[in-house]
Amino acid sequence: MIAHLLVRQTIQILFVIAMAPLLAGWIRQCRAWLSNRSGAGLLQPYRELFKLLRKQPVVAEEASMLFVATPYVVFAAMVVAGAMIPMITTRLLLAGAADAVALAGVFTMARIFAALAAMDLGTAFGSMGARRTMLVGFLAEPALLMVLFTPALISGSTSLVVIVHDLARHGVILYPSMVFAAAAYVMVTLAENARLPVDNPDTHLELTMIHEALNLEYSGRYLALIEWSAAIKLLVYIGIGAALFLPWGITQGPGLAGLPMAYALLVAKLAAAGTGLAAIETLSAKLRLFRVPEFLGTAFLLAVLGLLVRYLFGH
Amino acid sequence: MTTLASAIHLLAALFLLAAFAMLSQRRLANLITLYAWQGAILASCIALAAYATGSAHLYASALLNALLKILLVPALLRSLARRLDVQWDRESLVQIPTVMLIGLGLVIFAFNAALPIAVPGAAINHATVGIALAALLLSLLMMILRATALSQVIGFLALENSLIFAATSVTYGMPMVIEFGIALDVIVGIFILGVFFFHIREQFDSLNIDRIEGHHE
Repeated sequence: MIAHLLVRQTIQILFVIAMAPLLAGWIRQCRAWLSNRSGAGLLQPYRELFKLLRKQPVVAEEASMLFVATPYVVFAAMVVAGAMIPMITTRLLLAGAADAVALAGVFTMARIFAALAAMDLGTAFGSMGARRTMLVGFLAEPALLMVLFTPALISGSTSLVVIVHDLARHGVILYPSMVFAAAAYVMVTLAENARLPVDNPDTHLELTMIHEALNLEYSGRYLALIEWSAAIKLLVYIGIGAALFLPWGITQGPGLAGLPMAYALLVAKLAAAGTGLAAIETLSAKLRLFRVPEFLGTAFLLAVLGLLVRYLFGH
Repeated sequence: MTTLASAIHLLAALFLLAAFAMLSQRRLANLITLYAWQGAILASCIALAAYATGSAHLYASALLNALLKILLVPALLRSLARRLDVQWDRESLVQIPTVMLIGLGLVIFAFNAALPIAVPGAAINHATVGIALAALLLSLLMMILRATALSQVIGFLALENSLIFAATSVTYGMPMVIEFGIALDVIVGIFILGVFFFHIREQFDSLNIDRIEGHHE
């Protein structure tokens, strides 16, 4: 039994780590197609990662241990988050290890380390990026928790396994509360992953950048790890969304027979979500930084409305 | 839980969302578009209620609402905005996130007030009373907080939308004569207010209401 769980857990972790750059490549390719460019191909993120991994990293003399440790901490946090989410099967070794609230905590820990490391060297861009990340983070986190509470209320538990199990059993019913929560979740995902209305992932040197400002001092394998964990974070966020709002095809049974089908469905969901993300990014312009609180305030509002509507309708 | 009831609930939730969106929108053109969307949601809600109860007069009401609130009134408002040359509401003293939080408070109040009526499973539309009450309070809030006369009028029209919504959810619509009367009133009201706007602007050189408050004598 334990061996079974271990096998599933290992496959899921490997899948998350290996597929994340492909998802990033797919989104870039979709964006290229949507803006009438041919694009660099699906495998470009892998090429970039291998190039960075082969290069010698340069670390400033003033850098402390924190600066060097952060890429590993962030990468590990994202892998742990990816391991906990029942996006393929609810029977995982680590699935019971943490609930939705702890999951938000794992993301916050990664963010705090990234912000501290950016401030470590005392460069202007680094501290500016750190402050902006924390601004976005402290606004996005309550919205994320509110989004997670709506399905938690429906199923009566904050454990992701119970939530997915319960929602998958109900079948296709369009809960009004879940529609609100899903809309809020999309907005939180855009903000947390530094996607377009909040941050432009294409720019590398710009005064308004958020994610890139954190990584300016990193090079070589450290930068590779940071970029890789950003890709994993996006995959994990889409995975949580797929598990909460489209829980179909997630296997509940003890056997390994349903797994290939579940993986195929997850790949289809990821591809669809990636296309949607590319479409959102192509259609929207970057917000001014001081409009970001309004954007995330709207996400919070939608999530709370979802909760309230659930209380009113009782479903 | 039938599909029909959950569809009506979903539309009701979207109706509330449209009210919130109007509350937070500063651009007049977008505000009018949102008003049209709210009208569309209202009309489809009435149509679903008509399908559920099989009453012919609700179908007529849905058609009337659709004509009036998706086509006629937004067109009138757009032409008014163009001729008055207003595109933006002035930045209000209350910040948008604060307005949203006040709105959330109102929604909580309205839902609490409606909970005794909205016993789950009593009748398909009863839970929507809370939504109608909340949307009503939100439109009132919009009328209070807006600075220009045109957006206050849009708030007033949204108020009328919520009233029709409440009437549909509580009593499955009003008698046909009354609905025609209200529809006529809305159109006449917009015409009169349109003329009024031009007078306000000629007199005070602005559509901002607080300019008028200085002229008490």
